[in-house]
Amino acid sequence: MQLDINGRSYTVAAAPETALLWVLRNELNLTGTKYGCGEGECGACTVLLDGVARHACLTPAAEAKGKKITTIEGLAQGEKLHPLQQAFLQEGAWQCGYCTPGMILRAAALLRNTPHPSEEEIVAAMNGNICRCGTYPRIVAAIQRAAREA
Amino acid sequence: MPDEGLRPRVEAERYEMSSKTQRFELGRRDFFQWLAAGIVVAGVMPHVPTDAWAQRREGEPLPDNIGAWLHIGEDGAITVYTGKVEVGQGVRTSLAQQVAEELRVDLSQITMIMGDTRLTPFDMGTFGSMTTPVMGQRLRRVAAGAHDLLLKVAAERWGVPQSRLRAEAGQILDPGSRRKISYGELARGQRLAQAVAMDDPLRPATEWTIAGTSAAKTGGRAIVTGEHRYPYDWTRPGMLWGKVARPPAYGAQLLSADLEAARRLPGVTVVRDADLLGVAAPTAEAAAEALAALKPRWSPAPSQTSSSALYEFLLNHPAADASNTQGDEELNAALAAASHRLDSVYQVAYIQHVPLEPRAAVAEWQGNELTVWTGTQRPFGVRDQLMEAFHLRADQAHVLMPDMGGAYGGKHTGEAALEAARLARAAGKPVKVIWSREEEFTWAYFRPAGVIKVRAGIDNRGKLTAWQFDNYNSGEAGIETPYQVAHKQIRFHRTEMPLRQGSYRCLAATANHFARESAMDELAHAAALDPLEFRLRNLRDERLATVFRTGARAFGWPRRKQRPGQGFGFGGGVEKGGRIATFAEIRIEGGNVKLEHVVSAFECGAIVNPDNLKNQIEGAAIMGIGGALFEAIEFADGKIESNRLSRYRVPRFRDVPRIEVVLVDRKDLNPSGAGEAPIMGLAPAVANAIFDATGRRLRHMPLAPNGLEA
Repeated sequence: MQLDINGRSYTVAAAPETALLWVLRNELNLTGTKYGCGEGECGACTVLLDGVARHACLTPAAEAKGKKITTIEGLAQGEKLHPLQQAFLQEGAWQCGYCTPGMILRAAALLRNTPHPSEEEIVAAMNGNICRCGTYPRIVAAIQRAAREA
Repeated sequence: MPDEGLRPRVEAERYEMSSKTQRFELGRRDFFQWLAAGIVVAGVMPHVPTDAWAQRREGEPLPDNIGAWLHIGEDGAITVYTGKVEVGQGVRTSLAQQVAEELRVDLSQITMIMGDTRLTPFDMGTFGSMTTPVMGQRLRRVAAGAHDLLLKVAAERWGVPQSRLRAEAGQILDPGSRRKISYGELARGQRLAQAVAMDDPLRPATEWTIAGTSAAKTGGRAIVTGEHRYPYDWTRPGMLWGKVARPPAYGAQLLSADLEAARRLPGVTVVRDADLLGVAAPTAEAAAEALAALKPRWSPAPSQTSSSALYEFLLNHPAADASNTQGDEELNAALAAASHRLDSVYQVAYIQHVPLEPRAAVAEWQGNELTVWTGTQRPFGVRDQLMEAFHLRADQAHVLMPDMGGAYGGKHTGEAALEAARLARAAGKPVKVIWSREEEFTWAYFRPAGVIKVRAGIDNRGKLTAWQFDNYNSGEAGIETPYQVAHKQIRFHRTEMPLRQGSYRCLAATANHFARESAMDELAHAAALDPLEFRLRNLRDERLATVFRTGARAFGWPRRKQRPGQGFGFGGGVEKGGRIATFAEIRIEGGNVKLEHVVSAFECGAIVNPDNLKNQIEGAAIMGIGGALFEAIEFADGKIESNRLSRYRVPRFRDVPRIEVVLVDRKDLNPSGAGEAPIMGLAPAVANAIFDATGRRLRHMPLAPNGLEA
């Protein structure tokens, strides 16, 4: 099976029903996409399929075929960070950072459709992503900053 | 500087007790056998004479009691070695800031090697808010010693008195002759090792220029790009994937399993050894398939209690060594004479940490030497577990801790490390074991549930006269009251434990503060006193009083209700050297409790990194919302029913109020830890606000798991 990940084509051996999460992590060693719950409740595994946020833990690899898959590894352009990555750094919007890739990709999907979201829109869009360290207010501030500075 | 506050009973963190104190094995080697040339400065614990250390020649053994050390390389790079670990609390940065401060170098010159049992000195573990007050002090002294040594080396080189020289930006300067030399140059060709005593004076916080600032957390780029490798992400060449068969309920015993069916699968190793039934296979999918092929049969689980009968169980099942529950005659007399009395029972549910990264380990054997990469707050404790399990010497077991995805007291133990090591030994290849969320929920451990009985009395001037506080099973942390009272009896009663219990951020201080600060609110209302005025009248800890007043000012206490359903409350206390006061505004809407606004005032001595401290206090308040309002582990018949995130609610974006943090910076006091204490004010603040809004006194944590039921 061929997968288009971060602008690169990968041939993968996994069975088509294998969750995209495990294909990325275990077969391709793209470990920025995290496991947190396996049931789409925490958002740690969020990736973009053609720009739309999806739970990689619930997405069979076959479903991603023919789509442009974006993981956290593909967001920066070379040395230049994505505005959201930059904003997370500036707002200090993490503690352990385990939820951060999923948060950034979920936020990227939001800003793609709603470039200047209100606080309520941010909360509604992000509510499916869990940060156990409790950095939510900083994540909201980071998304607002990225929207402002984009 | 003494802490004038309470001297609370120290509750040993659970699970570190079994750990043997394995002294630092590197002490018998020489630094320069494994470090490049340069300068090493080590901090020696006060009871070891430093001259014994200083007089040794290269190649001679080092004394054992070393707390931390640092190395200055020929390129000027400074590497600091500490057994503490980074779990998101930010100590990789805040410890480096303190070293940079004393050593007068830029933060970027410092690399922290943390929690590697072969390279760092022995450390009990990262818990109890000890990193800042203990390791921070040690590293500052080591760095101050290095600073002095560099001055001395430069003075000798130039033949000038040391007093003429000063250090600045990684260089030694001689203002008289305008000469300067970098630390790297001074270290060049050196194999110089120096010990410093742990009681040398330090740079006062009032003069700090690097410590005391909001330096950005190091390693941020790797976090936002996904490059950082957590334990769950770790791999080794030729690695297999391990999986362990779990019983369907606590206490169920393995009756049989089809080991041969699993063994017939390609590349699969099956282990059935005492309590372990597991497999290792070339891919995660193959491991899952092999596990399924085992078709294990289990005995029925023994009869055991459930969450619905939990509090009765705790009260009726004292542990064998339980303390007495007799009343105290004088206390009873004081209660009888009180103008207002309180007799309340509080309950606290089992909850779990739910670190977003579950347990994970990769184990690799080379002959009889074992290396394990795993997520733990106690790398040396896990090493001891491995040594015991495999009869290894300390130099044969090596544990490394890549910065991990959250812990909150929940990762003191080495389950995944042991499983991976046992499977790897059988398979003859490295093995990775990662726990699923369901495994984490069932087979890790829980914050203890508890019942707390409070009887108290006050006189007609609003002074506490009697205080009886009996805690069943929660624990002793924060059990002492900061309020002055003539007659008191404060006791912790051990009980049988329905579930496996362990440490949790702030331990039992959250439960004890929930009960105490709710009781104080009840007493204030009974006496028709403002709850703040009542507390201040009875408080003897001036630092806590300041924090209460500071929080009250920022929140605007006392506030008048503007609309129905609105309520205000607060709670606070002293724990692990930190003083917290949390004020909450809530709104009840359709039976749901919504937090609108939280103000947390906090004081922990001199502040090392204000923004990181704020981040910790905000995070603690948010984590506290879960335990306060809705988190509870449901269990029955030996099964955890809330074993997934869809069945166990943790705080999300929508649950978060506007949070204001007010820091009280006491530069005249040594810094205390701050990762824990800020969590404990939230629950009583919310309970007291619910009373303010509704007149209903809720005495059970979580307060409203299904909203406020009519």
